[in-house]
Amino acid sequence: MAKLIGCIGTSHIPAIGGAIHKGLQQDPYWKPFFDGFPPVREWLGRVKPDVVVMFYNDHGLNFFLDKMPTFAVGAAAQYNNADEGWGIPTLPPFKGEPDLSWQIINTLVEKEFDIVTCQEMLVDHACTLPLKLLWPEGECPVTVVPICINTVQFPLPKASRVYAMGKAVGEAIAAWDSSKTVAVIGSGGLSHQLDGERAGHINKVFDLQFMESLLTNPEWATQFSIHELVEKTGTQGVELLMWLAMRAALTTGTGAGVRKVHSNYHIPISNTATGLLALEKID
Amino acid sequence: MASNTPLPKIAGTTPFDGEQAQKGYALNKMCFSFNSAENRAAFQRDEEAYMRQYGLNAQQSDAIRARNVLQLIAAGGNAYYLAKFAGIFGLDMQDIGAQQTGMTKDQFKAKLVAAGQ
Repeated sequence: MAKLIGCIGTSHIPAIGGAIHKGLQQDPYWKPFFDGFPPVREWLGRVKPDVVVMFYNDHGLNFFLDKMPTFAVGAAAQYNNADEGWGIPTLPPFKGEPDLSWQIINTLVEKEFDIVTCQEMLVDHACTLPLKLLWPEGECPVTVVPICINTVQFPLPKASRVYAMGKAVGEAIAAWDSSKTVAVIGSGGLSHQLDGERAGHINKVFDLQFMESLLTNPEWATQFSIHELVEKTGTQGVELLMWLAMRAALTTGTGAGVRKVHSNYHIPISNTATGLLALEKID
Repeated sequence: MASNTPLPKIAGTTPFDGEQAQKGYALNKMCFSFNSAENRAAFQRDEEAYMRQYGLNAQQSDAIRARNVLQLIAAGGNAYYLAKFAGIFGLDMQDIGAQQTGMTKDQFKAKLVAAGQ
């Protein structure tokens, strides 16, 4: 059976792509953000995942309002990035892992999650930037299964539902008939709001409590409604749902415990409170 | 509890719900088209013709002409698609934030930094 080794939650602000492109990692503005990553890369270098399952939210590259799935699972052999309209460099295609995609799809539908499946799927900065941050040099060494959760159009899926879906994905990975090693990524957040008179809203107290909860009490955030999460974390802060799905994926199989590899939290990058959290699954 | 009970208003916030999604469909569809460099160039060559092509209503067209984000949201615009419109003019999220909050860009950036302290 496949081995699920742990998870990494990270923010995915588009401007990060520009900063990488311009080599600004040690610039005073960017350094507190980028300096979070070397300890996580070192851990990944040791545990060497073959495959990454990526919970992320599309920002209007692949999906438009004509068809807006709540949960969409990628089932492609390759995922292409493309122009998102604001000038960040387009990254080379990523390799998929169709066998795991279908293992996840079959498991989710069996467990009554009525998902959308995508044999073609453009992936935006939310999917490409975490890979570039975790594996900055050369070709990306992992294959990817992207799972998109709608945070564009309300109603969004409830936090408790996202948690249950993430848990089912974890069960699918654990039951995958493969010798491969799998990590899970949650890409989004943390607190931020781009739109309205409340633009610039950030909630450090909530963010830190949320990050702590993922270590000790992973279901903590499921007590909140989407409306409450928006009120606390902002209209885009609700992307923390990706982290919740990611963490839930680690609560199954042999040994539901985790240990913290590393965490980082920095305000601001662009308009966003940035978080980074790597957890290793303990058998 | 009825599923459509209105939720308490969050100040300065317009959740992009079904009502907004219907109201803003044409505007957001136009902004979604700005993923393509060719379409961005076409908009810049002739804004009025491009807006007519996507069937924007008067409120949406006025908000586009005014480059006014709060008006665009009131007309049904969604932040993720509007960002592609802002990108045409090289505006970043601090420009957008400053405009919406009535601050200068430096004031808005200081507000963000203060949130971390």
